[in-house]
Amino acid sequence: MIDQLPKIYLYRRLVQAKLFIDKNYHDAIDLNGIADEAYFSKYHFIRLFKNIYGKTPHQYLIKVRVENARLLLKRGLPVADVCYAVGFDSVTSFSILFKKITFCSPANYQQAELKKQTEMLRSPLKFIPGCFASEKEWLQNRNFR
Amino acid sequence: MITKMNHVSVFVLDQDSAYDFYVNKLGFKVNTDAAMGPGMRWLTVCPPEQPELEIALMAISEGMMFDSLAAQQMRELVQRGTFGFGVFECNDLIATYEELKAKGVEFSKEPTKEFYGFEALFKDDSGNWFSLGEKKN
Repeated sequence: MIDQLPKIYLYRRLVQAKLFIDKNYHDAIDLNGIADEAYFSKYHFIRLFKNIYGKTPHQYLIKVRVENARLLLKRGLPVADVCYAVGFDSVTSFSILFKKITFCSPANYQQAELKKQTEMLRSPLKFIPGCFASEKEWLQNRNFR
Repeated sequence: MITKMNHVSVFVLDQDSAYDFYVNKLGFKVNTDAAMGPGMRWLTVCPPEQPELEIALMAISEGMMFDSLAAQQMRELVQRGTFGFGVFECNDLIATYEELKAKGVEFSKEPTKEFYGFEALFKDDSGNWFSLGEKKN
């Protein structure tokens, strides 16, 4: 039934473009190339993409890179390594864009996340609503508090 | 006065598989992933734009939460698709449906115009079903 919807082919091409960005964010993505692949003119592609996802393809690419940078920072990788691993080619611009989106510098974000992880290992019950832990007897018979 | 809900539980057959489904397919963010000792893991995820609502992916396994019979019964009920845990929202249902389908999410109902809104139904990797609706402007 959905196959009969008007312009479903447009949706599918846009979704494929988004999935392409999701998968290849770490490479030097040529957004003009994506528009060509999707058989759109550049401006038509940008307009339709923004209608669906609320961001231009370029803005979306930055967001995906920053989201993936967060994951790598949580693993303790050096900021510069993270920057290049997610597709940025300048640590300065990476730091500025990261802070613009997360309101926190990459280094501060990493510090806070690593501290949280250490705390989670040491005192996991702090991260669980007391009612759950109590109800399920997780508060008893445990070595940690 | 109750002001908000901040945690909700979804019972899953396997937490590793649920992690993959909710994070890599649905795009949810991990809030807490804390090992609690043998057989216990507190795993919560949040919809990307709703970090204040933690969905606890609770393993159905024999132990502190379920006895052997209850765990077996619960697993069977979940697998059979007995439980519908909630309604998710997206900005564009057709685009979201196409994306999730491309990622292998199983839908039991295609996007359909109903009198109450535009809706599709999908199952998680355990068998729990959810409604997916388009945000009303």
